[in-house]
Amino acid sequence: MAALARLQARLSGLREEYYRRNRSIDEDRKIEYKAAVKIQSWFRGCRVRAYLRHLNKMATFIQKWWRGYRSRRYFLKMVETAYFIMKMNFYNEMAVRIQKRWRGYYVRKYIHNYYELKKYLETVSMNNEFVRNELQQYTEMKENEEKRKDLEKKEKEKQYQARKMHYLLSTEQIAGIYNSPFRKSPDPMELLLRKSKPLSHKRQQMKSPFTSELYDWPTCRRPPTFSTAEPLPPIGRQKPQGPFRDTAEVLRQRYKPLEPTLRVAASINSPLEKAREEMKMEEWRNRVHDNEFLPFSSYHKNEKYDPSICRSGKYGQETYGIKHFREVQPKKWIAGKDFQTVSPSIVLFEKLGKTYSRTGQIV
Amino acid sequence: MSQRQVLQVFEQYQRARTQFVQAVAELAARPQNIETLQSAGVMSLLRPLLLDVVPTIQQTAALALGRLANYNDDLAEAVVKGDILPQLVCSLSEQNRFYKKAAAFVLRAVGKHSPQLAQAIVQCGALEMLVICLEDFDPGVKEAASWALGYIARHNSELSQAVVDAGAVPLVVLCIQEPEIALKRIAASTLSDISKHSPELAQTVVDAGAIAHLAQMILNPDAKLKRQVLSALSQIAKHSVDLAELVVEAEIFPVVFTCLKDSDEYVKKNGATLIREIAKHTPELSQLIVNTGGVAAVIDCIGSCRGTVRLPGIMMLGYVAAHSENLSMAVIVSKGIPSLCACLTEEHEDHIKAAAAWALGQIGRHTPEHARAVAESNVLPTLLAMYMDIHSSEDLQIKTKKALKNILQKCTYLPALEPLLHDAPPNIMKHIVGQFSKVLPHDSKARRLFVTTGGLKKLQEIQAEPGSLLQEYINTINNCYPEEIVRYYSPGYSEILLERLENYHPVS
Repeated sequence: MAALARLQARLSGLREEYYRRNRSIDEDRKIEYKAAVKIQSWFRGCRVRAYLRHLNKMATFIQKWWRGYRSRRYFLKMVETAYFIMKMNFYNEMAVRIQKRWRGYYVRKYIHNYYELKKYLETVSMNNEFVRNELQQYTEMKENEEKRKDLEKKEKEKQYQARKMHYLLSTEQIAGIYNSPFRKSPDPMELLLRKSKPLSHKRQQMKSPFTSELYDWPTCRRPPTFSTAEPLPPIGRQKPQGPFRDTAEVLRQRYKPLEPTLRVAASINSPLEKAREEMKMEEWRNRVHDNEFLPFSSYHKNEKYDPSICRSGKYGQETYGIKHFREVQPKKWIAGKDFQTVSPSIVLFEKLGKTYSRTGQIV
Repeated sequence: MSQRQVLQVFEQYQRARTQFVQAVAELAARPQNIETLQSAGVMSLLRPLLLDVVPTIQQTAALALGRLANYNDDLAEAVVKGDILPQLVCSLSEQNRFYKKAAAFVLRAVGKHSPQLAQAIVQCGALEMLVICLEDFDPGVKEAASWALGYIARHNSELSQAVVDAGAVPLVVLCIQEPEIALKRIAASTLSDISKHSPELAQTVVDAGAIAHLAQMILNPDAKLKRQVLSALSQIAKHSVDLAELVVEAEIFPVVFTCLKDSDEYVKKNGATLIREIAKHTPELSQLIVNTGGVAAVIDCIGSCRGTVRLPGIMMLGYVAAHSENLSMAVIVSKGIPSLCACLTEEHEDHIKAAAAWALGQIGRHTPEHARAVAESNVLPTLLAMYMDIHSSEDLQIKTKKALKNILQKCTYLPALEPLLHDAPPNIMKHIVGQFSKVLPHDSKARRLFVTTGGLKKLQEIQAEPGSLLQEYINTINNCYPEEIVRYYSPGYSEILLERLENYHPVS
C-alpha cells in the first residue's frame, strides 16, 4: 500500500513527468532524428560519391582507351587514303605526260600532219595539171575532128556542085567562066570541073523524106507508105493526037491478067501422076507401121553353129563340099597354071568402035 | 458494070477520107493552123476515123490527134473527155507497128501537159499496153512507148510509182542496150524521170541493173544521149549516200571529166550536176573526186561557160569546200578562188551570184589561212557591195552576209580588211573591228599601218552604243595607242583645239 500511496502521490506528478519526459524525448527526438539523418545522409553521400567517382574513373578509362583505338584506326585509314591519293596523283601525272606526248604525236602525224598535207596538196595540184592537160588534148582532138568533118563536108559539096555544073567546063573554042584568058592559070574550080564526071539524070538526089516535118520518127528507116487501091491516072496529060484507042481500054488490054486453059494450067503427067499419087496415098494410109521391117538378125546373133553330122569329120569339118568340090591332084598336073577361061569371041562385036564412021562417035 | 460503079463510089469515099486525114495531119504540124482546126471541130471528125477499116487512115488519124494534143492542154483535155483514150488502148494490142507508134504518140502528147491528164491516162489502163509495146520488135514503137512512159512519170512520184508497178523498168533497161541512138536517148530520159522523185524509185531503177549500162554510154559521142545519161545518173545519185556510192563504183571517174569538156553546153551542165550530187553527201566521196582531179576539171568548166550552165559547178566547189578544211585547201590550191571571183563579178543573175558567194564563204570559213587566201583575191569589197546593194534579191543579200561573216571571223589579213572599214554597215562592222582588236595588240607594224592608212580615224568616227560589243572592241583598239594619238584622231578635235586657241591669252 505504501507503494501504491507513493505511486498515487506521484501520480499527479507522474502524469506531468510522463508528459514532460515524453515531450523532451519528443523534442529531442526530432533534433536527434534530424542529426542522425544528417549524419547518415552525409555518410551515404560520401559512399555514393566515392562510388560514383570510381565509376567515373573507370568510364573515363574505358572511353579513353576506346577512343584512342578508334582514332588510331581512323588515322590508319586516313594515311592509307592519303597514300593512295598521292599514288594516284602521281600516276595521273605520268599518264598525262604520256598522253600529252602521244596525242601530240598522233595529231601531228595523222590528223593535222602538216607535211603530209603539203605533200597531198602538191600531189593534188600535179594531178590537176595532168587532168587539165589530158582534157586539153581531148578538146583539141575533138576540135580537129570537127574541123576535119567540116572540111570533108565542104569538099563533098564542092565536088557535087562541080558535077552538077560540068557544062561550065571550058572548050577549045570557048573559054569557060572559070578559065578566063586574062588569068595566068585556070581557076581551081576549072580543074575540079575537068576532073569530075557529070551527074546522070536518073540518079538525081532524092529529097530525103526525113526533112519534111511530117515524119518525126528518127528510128524509122523508111517512111510509112500510104498504099492506095489503084494507081491514079496522071493528071493534066494532053490527049495524044490521032485516032487512038481509049487509053483506059488499052491499059486494060495490056494488063489483062492471064487466063490459062485447063490443059496449060494442069501439069503434063497429070492423070498418071494423080493415079500414082493416089495409090501411094492408099498404101500409106493402110500401112500400120512406116518403117520397113528389118530381118530379125538379133535373134540368131549368138547362136552357135551346129555342123551336120554328115559333114563333120574326126578332126573338125571336112572341107570337101564346102571349100572344094573336085579332087585335086597337083602331082599329075602338066603345067603349073590352071586353064585359062577364054570364051570364043563374037566376030560382030569385035568390030565395035572400029568400023563406024567418025560421025558416029559424036553420038 | 453497076458493080463497078458501086465500087467506084466506095473508092471515092475512101480516097476522100485519106486525103482529109492526111491534110489534117499536115496542117496540125504547123502551130498557126491549130486554132482554126480546133474551131472547125476537128476532134469530133477525127474520132470516128480512128475506127476506120483502112489501117492507114487509122494511123494518120491517130498521128493528127497526137499533134493536136501536143500543142496545148485544152486540146489534150478534149481528147481525154472525148473518150478517145480507151479506144486507142484497146486497139493498141492488135494493130501494126505504125498504129502503135501513132497511138503512143497520142498518149505522150496528152500526158505531158499536167498530172491530172497523166492520171487519166493511167486510169484508162494505158500503162499495161505501153509496157506491152515496149516488148515489140520495132525500135520506133519502143521509142514511142518509152517516151510516153517518161512523160507520164515526170510529173510526180505517184505516177512514177504506177509506171514502175506496171513493170516498165526492166524493159526500159533493155531498151537502153539497143543499138539505135534515138531509142537509147529516150530510154535514158525515161529512167531519169522515174528515178528523180524518191530514193525507193531510184533503188528500183538501180536494182534493174541500169547503172552499168548508163555508165557505159557516157563514152558515146552523141551529145543528146550524153545529156540524158548524165541527167539519169545524177537523179539516181542525189538521193542517198549508198546510191551515190553505187554510181561511183560503176567507174565513172575520171571518164566524166571528158564530158565537162564537151562542146555541148548542157552536157557540161549535166556532168557538173552529176559530180555535185556525188560530192555533196560525204567527205570521203568529195575526197575521191579531189583525188581524181575533179576539182580542176570543174574549175576549167566554170571558166569556159557562161550563165546558168555554171551553177552546178559552183555549187560543187562549195560542197567540196564545206566538208573539211583539207578539202577546202585543195580547192584553193587548184585555183578555185579566181574563177569563183570571176563568176561573182561577171554574172548578172542573182541566184548564180548567191551561189558563188556561198561557195566563197564555205572556202574561207575554216582557218585564217583559208580566209587569207579568199581575202587576198580582193573579193571582200565585192561581197560587201552586193550586200549593200538595194537591187540585190533577198537571197543574195542573206548569202553574202553569211559569207562575209564566216570569212571575217577568221580573217587576220589586215590589208584586206582596211577597205571594208569605210563602207560597212554596223552588223558587219563589229566583226571587222573585232578582228582588228584581236590582231592589233600584238603587232606593232600593223598598228603603224592602221594609223597611216586612216583606219584609226575612221574608227573614231564610228558611233557605237556604250556597253555593246562594238564599243568594247573600239576600246581595246584605243588602248593600243597612246592617248594623244587617239585624241588627235577623234572627231571634232580640231574644233576643240581652236576653242582652246580662242580662250588662250598670250602671256606677255
